[in-house]
Amino acid sequence: MRLYRILLRLYPSSFRAEYGEEMGAIFARRRRDVSGPLAIAALWTETAAEVIGNAAVVHWDILRQDLRYTARTLSRARGFALTAIAIVALGVGANTAAFSVTDFVLFRPLPFPEPDRLVKLWQLTPNYGNQQLSPANYRDLTRLSTSFERVGAYTNSSMNLIGDGEPERLQGAAVSFDLFPTLGVQPVIGRLFTAADDREGAPGTVLLSYRFWQAAYAGDESILGRRLTLDDEPFVVVGVMPRDFQFPTRTSSEFWRPLRLGDGNYEDRTDTFLYGMGRLKPGVALEQARAEMQVIAAQLERQYPKDNDHIGATVTDLRAELSRQSRMLLFALSGAASCVLLIACANLANLLLARALGRRQELAVRTAMGAGRERLVRQLATESLTLAILGGLLGVGVAVVAVPLLGQLVPQALPMAEMPSVDLRVLGIAALLTALTGIAFGMVPVMRAGGEGSLGGLREGARAGGGRKERLRSALVVFEVVASVVLLVASGLLIRALWKVQATDPGFRAEGVVSLRTALPLPKYESTAKRAEFYTRVLTDVRALPGVTSAAYISFLPMVMRGGIWPVTIPGRAQKATDDDNVSLRFLTPGFFATLGIPVHAGRDIRDSDTADAEFVAVVSESLARRYWPGQSVLGRHFSVAFHDRAIVGVVGDIRVRGLERESEPQVYLSYKQVPDGSIINYTPKDLVVKSSTPPEHLVPAIRGIIRRTDVQQPISDVRTLNAVVEMETASRTVQVRILGAFAAIAFLLAAVGIHGLLSFSVSQRTAEIGVRIALGAQRGNILAMVLRQGAWLAAAGVVPGVVLAYAAGRMMESLLAGVQPGDAATYLAAAGLCLVMTIGGSLVPTVRALRIDPVRAIRGSD
Amino acid sequence: MSNPDSLLPLPPATFHILVALADDDRHGYAIIQDIAARTGGELKLSAGTLYRSIHRMLEQGLLAETRERPAPELDDERRRYYRITPFGTAVAKAEARRLAQLLRMARARGLAPEKP
Repeated sequence: MRLYRILLRLYPSSFRAEYGEEMGAIFARRRRDVSGPLAIAALWTETAAEVIGNAAVVHWDILRQDLRYTARTLSRARGFALTAIAIVALGVGANTAAFSVTDFVLFRPLPFPEPDRLVKLWQLTPNYGNQQLSPANYRDLTRLSTSFERVGAYTNSSMNLIGDGEPERLQGAAVSFDLFPTLGVQPVIGRLFTAADDREGAPGTVLLSYRFWQAAYAGDESILGRRLTLDDEPFVVVGVMPRDFQFPTRTSSEFWRPLRLGDGNYEDRTDTFLYGMGRLKPGVALEQARAEMQVIAAQLERQYPKDNDHIGATVTDLRAELSRQSRMLLFALSGAASCVLLIACANLANLLLARALGRRQELAVRTAMGAGRERLVRQLATESLTLAILGGLLGVGVAVVAVPLLGQLVPQALPMAEMPSVDLRVLGIAALLTALTGIAFGMVPVMRAGGEGSLGGLREGARAGGGRKERLRSALVVFEVVASVVLLVASGLLIRALWKVQATDPGFRAEGVVSLRTALPLPKYESTAKRAEFYTRVLTDVRALPGVTSAAYISFLPMVMRGGIWPVTIPGRAQKATDDDNVSLRFLTPGFFATLGIPVHAGRDIRDSDTADAEFVAVVSESLARRYWPGQSVLGRHFSVAFHDRAIVGVVGDIRVRGLERESEPQVYLSYKQVPDGSIINYTPKDLVVKSSTPPEHLVPAIRGIIRRTDVQQPISDVRTLNAVVEMETASRTVQVRILGAFAAIAFLLAAVGIHGLLSFSVSQRTAEIGVRIALGAQRGNILAMVLRQGAWLAAAGVVPGVVLAYAAGRMMESLLAGVQPGDAATYLAAAGLCLVMTIGGSLVPTVRALRIDPVRAIRGSD
Repeated sequence: MSNPDSLLPLPPATFHILVALADDDRHGYAIIQDIAARTGGELKLSAGTLYRSIHRMLEQGLLAETRERPAPELDDERRRYYRITPFGTAVAKAEARRLAQLLRMARARGLAPEKP
């Protein structure tokens, strides 16, 4: 019999209370009728199956009943239901989206087998930290190391493709044959490179990216064995890599060619251009490999004291290249989203609390009519969960819309796809959040209904709302104010930082300047004279176009290319390896300073007459003059850079080569003609800049025509205005501000709704009391003050801890603030001001309602 | 729920319970016994099936719990008695009509014996 009672526990308790005893009695009779162990066993089996089946049916019946009831009550309170669903949707949606992006960037394994064992190898230099390796150092470090199972190397590469259509500029990488086996990837068709492909002088072979294969050859498998002309040399396509293989980064992975290091590459240990990639042996920790690298680097430094002076070595995991800002930003994003979810939960709890108080009469009536406490609890829980699930479903919709927006925050430095997607895992998280939210805001009224399932509610009428409950509700609203102050201040600080960066003078005038790239291929343009001929023809024709005031060629555009660093030697000055003697080096044609509006403070621009036969000259920026010859005239002084002694002929204003947020090295500009054939080929001018009053859409086709007439095989790439380049500098900040601002706006709105809800409820609960006060002669002013005082108290109680927390948050995100102080007074004042607006806004309707109370009706209406 | 046809077809247990209550108010165990007797012991409702059917039938308004108790000597304090409602009667009649119609159709095609 005891066993039967245990089985009965499967039924809902209300059902058990109703019928349990009689069911027990019936079962007892049945049990008496059977005898014999076999018959008894059969009875039990049958009964167990029967109880399980019937219990499920009863549960389902009750759920259906509750859902019907829920649908009825919610359609009666449509405003409440829609508000609640919208609040859950915002909270869950924001969280799902933020989680998707954060997980995607920070935690999801990179798309390689056993990605934890993959590391990047670096040289460590005193002034620049992690740096690429020279081939000789790469060879020695990996040969002496015992930490790696395999290693491979690569360097960025871009080549001109001359095919059937327009010539094209492709971005890719030159890779050693062992790189892809190190990563553990296989091609979708064809084969990887072999050691034979990777030897100097071997016939050209190339692997294509899936995307390029699809775009240029429509996925035609006969591409294998096809011959392509890249930089005037023939390459045979040997394979196509998988669709999700985005290596080294998603912006530079259209092709891969063998690295083919020759003996010549191993001569100069200071020529650092290789990225090293290693797969650690199983069981070797990153720290162990790092320690070993240090030891080997020290050994190499002893062996090559001149070239490797102060050069260390290290390994990092693949995500180490994510900047601190990117990480910080994602954490800020997740924090903001959590804040929004918490506010949403608090608001819902409040909504349901108010509703539960308003429904006390209804619940009391149902209790009086015989509904058990468990049934009421179950009914309310069904109602909350229904709201949570509907809100959660809508929230997933919100997330689907929001993820692409937040996807703009995915840094470009990672070998992964551009867009995080809302995948099944994230949907799982959303479901969990939904359930948690449902429980969080479902519990409060349920506990209340559970705790007071008496007739008290019936007697008290709707006047209840007593001290303790109101305090709980006030606490929830105060919490909302705290969270929204934190978010307001955080986004305020980011806005200030954005303004500050936008106000930074780049040192040049970008207005009306268009730029495009013509990377001249080798060996066709190996000779300096051949290049000069190209530049002169193009520039002469471009300058003759209507509206064009000036035009020039330069190695790299500022902000687009931040590197291009070269050490200088000053005659008669003792230099140590730890000194920062680096400058930002550029070769250019005359007219660059005029085109970009960079002021020439002394001397002159580079001239066409600055040829290899004339004196080697340099134009330097003011900061270089200040660094080495403070307070002195520098025209005519000599220094050595790029393998040659140069005389200073001009001093120009500094520009922000490294972008708006970072001080740049001093700049040194050299004549494009004063470089030996085939030397320093990376620095040959490739970016054309044109200042013109003609709009780009008319100007660019004309320039394209000129370049086609000059060299029909020369591809054109990277067409953009200089304004766009400068805007790119603040693009990610703009996105940050927009996103955090959106979160702050949601929080702000929710908090206002919270204040409004609380005050409205409190006014409606106190209608009679206010009526009595008015009847007893209270002035309108007193009533106004009474309601506003309550609102102001809530706001004040939230703002004070909010400001403290906001300051802590500001300190944490200092790296995102571009030098704006985390305690920036203006931001805090603005946030406090907004909170005042929020409080007044939230109190407005309840206050007006309180003022309109008609004492006679209010007093009568309460009975 | 005023249209009796909306509940058709009835689950067999529901129909049997309605039939069992057609002539007299009964408590749960009496319903089981009545059904067993009328079906020659072929259908013995389990307690679970009985009460979950009753639970649902109360909800649907087919039954009501009756407050009138039978004569004291027949009464059992602990038991609940059920009575068929007019709506319950209407539903039972509608179900019987539906079944009769089915039977007529089966007969017309020789699938069931002619009326004795």
